[in-house]
Amino acid sequence: MSKKSFGNRILTLYIPLGIILFFLVFPFYWTFVTSIKPERELYGPTVTYWPEELTFASYAKLFGEFNFLLPMFNSLLVATITTVVTLTASTLAAYAFTRFDFKGKNIFMSLFLTNNMFPNVLLLIPLFAIMRSVNLLYTPTSLVIAYATFTIPFSVWMLTGYLKDLPSSLEEAAMIDGANRVKAFTRVVLPVLMPSIIATGVYIFIQSWNEYTFAVLFTNESTRTIPVTLKNLIGQLGVQWDLLTAGGIITIIPVCILFFFAQKKLIEGMTAGSVKG
Amino acid sequence: MKKKKFNFWPYLLISPALLIVAFVVFYPIIEAIFMSFQNYDLRRPDKISFVGFENYIEMFNDPTFWLAVKNTLIWVIFGVGLQFFFGFILELLLNQQFKGRGFVRAVSLIPWATPGVLIGLMWKWIYDGNYGVLNDILLKLHLIDAPIMFLSQTSTAFGSVIVTIIWQGIPFFAIMILAGLQGIPHEMYEAADIDGATKLQKLFRITIPTLKNVIFITIILRVIWVANSVDIIYSMTGGGPSYSTQTLSVYIFNKATVLDLGYSSGMALLLMFMLASVAIPYIRNSFKEGS
Repeated sequence: MSKKSFGNRILTLYIPLGIILFFLVFPFYWTFVTSIKPERELYGPTVTYWPEELTFASYAKLFGEFNFLLPMFNSLLVATITTVVTLTASTLAAYAFTRFDFKGKNIFMSLFLTNNMFPNVLLLIPLFAIMRSVNLLYTPTSLVIAYATFTIPFSVWMLTGYLKDLPSSLEEAAMIDGANRVKAFTRVVLPVLMPSIIATGVYIFIQSWNEYTFAVLFTNESTRTIPVTLKNLIGQLGVQWDLLTAGGIITIIPVCILFFFAQKKLIEGMTAGSVKG
Repeated sequence: MKKKKFNFWPYLLISPALLIVAFVVFYPIIEAIFMSFQNYDLRRPDKISFVGFENYIEMFNDPTFWLAVKNTLIWVIFGVGLQFFFGFILELLLNQQFKGRGFVRAVSLIPWATPGVLIGLMWKWIYDGNYGVLNDILLKLHLIDAPIMFLSQTSTAFGSVIVTIIWQGIPFFAIMILAGLQGIPHEMYEAADIDGATKLQKLFRITIPTLKNVIFITIILRVIWVANSVDIIYSMTGGGPSYSTQTLSVYIFNKATVLDLGYSSGMALLLMFMLASVAIPYIRNSFKEGS
């Protein structure tokens, strides 16, 4: 391959990459800058691209006056329980799909697959009526159940992909050495699979943490999650952009941390199915 | 090591996931079908009864419904089409060697992990007619003379919302296609270099044909997600002004929030059938892979 000149590289790589990255990253920058501007600068006659005066007043106000800790706690609770429940159910199912041959296996697998096709709004309506009639409406439990509609199918799909790549000779060897299947699973498969389980868990957590349409209908004042609270900051107060952007920054910090942490494995799992297909 | 004896283990193992899915997906869908044949309106819970095809007939005579169908088509075609276009370019760039590539790649993916509501709110603020940064930039570049009320006039609202969904979806396309690219053996390009192929020839003769499958599946998945997405439009415009940004899923959601559940389930079922017709090739494909 011939070496490209530096000028060529600037034109074909750095400039287009710079433009796309600017487009992708600027909204986050702008959100952050807005959150640390004092109000009079925010609604002043000139738009400033870096605040003339820094303030964290909006963050203080958000936690003080608006009790932002409550929705944070609610989101954390719902996302954590959803993650644990989904991971348990999906890991078992994925293990069955990759290590056993059984009647109806293809049908069961496609049941999980086609699940991704159903519009959220389609499930939202009957689930709302069902939750209402069993008195679960406005509880965190109702959200955990609702989130299973999209987290379980996706996780089964992802974990099946990861498990396919683990040779089954691994636990067969352990079983020849006298371990039963349960022991082989917990002692041999689980430790090797752990990074993949964690990556899947991160995906479930982010999805539950971000979800809005179910949350807005299935929660009330005391069980509200972060996305609902953010959207409500617009409704009640006209718009308080400093509070809103501060809330936004707080919301995506945990998402970013988790995402950076699990990114590589997560992408590997998401793309495995389609690349092989 | 195959046993003839009936093995209950796999059934036991899939039962938790299966039971949950049966309860939260399949039962509700059946319920939705029943609801769509009732005047299921929780504002008048004592009057709920079966009304036959009334909801569906109402839909066909509802101009807002047809506008929403048209908007959904525009939303999906331009949204997904341009996500694909820019995602493809981004991924061709990210596949080259340069310093800090891993970091750049991770950063470029963040929009994908951001909550839809937050995306909507961030862009609503960027588009703001009084203090918005987009108007400020355009004014400073002398591209416009007066601020534009991007989200509150029908001529610009839908385009502005579509830009936002494109922004959200570029990373996903880039991730998926990048994974496909890395599966192409380097020797293919080297052989092409020896034969004196140009960059464009390599793109159209090697890269795109090999990626056909990945592109196809990614587009189908994306079409389904984009068609179903509610939160971005809802938090930016709520479907307005005068329904100009209201897609079918937003219309369904709006109807559901005012508790007209019968009418909204009818529309949701229609949306499902529309999406199923897109998804069938995908399901068939994964079936082939499974067996």
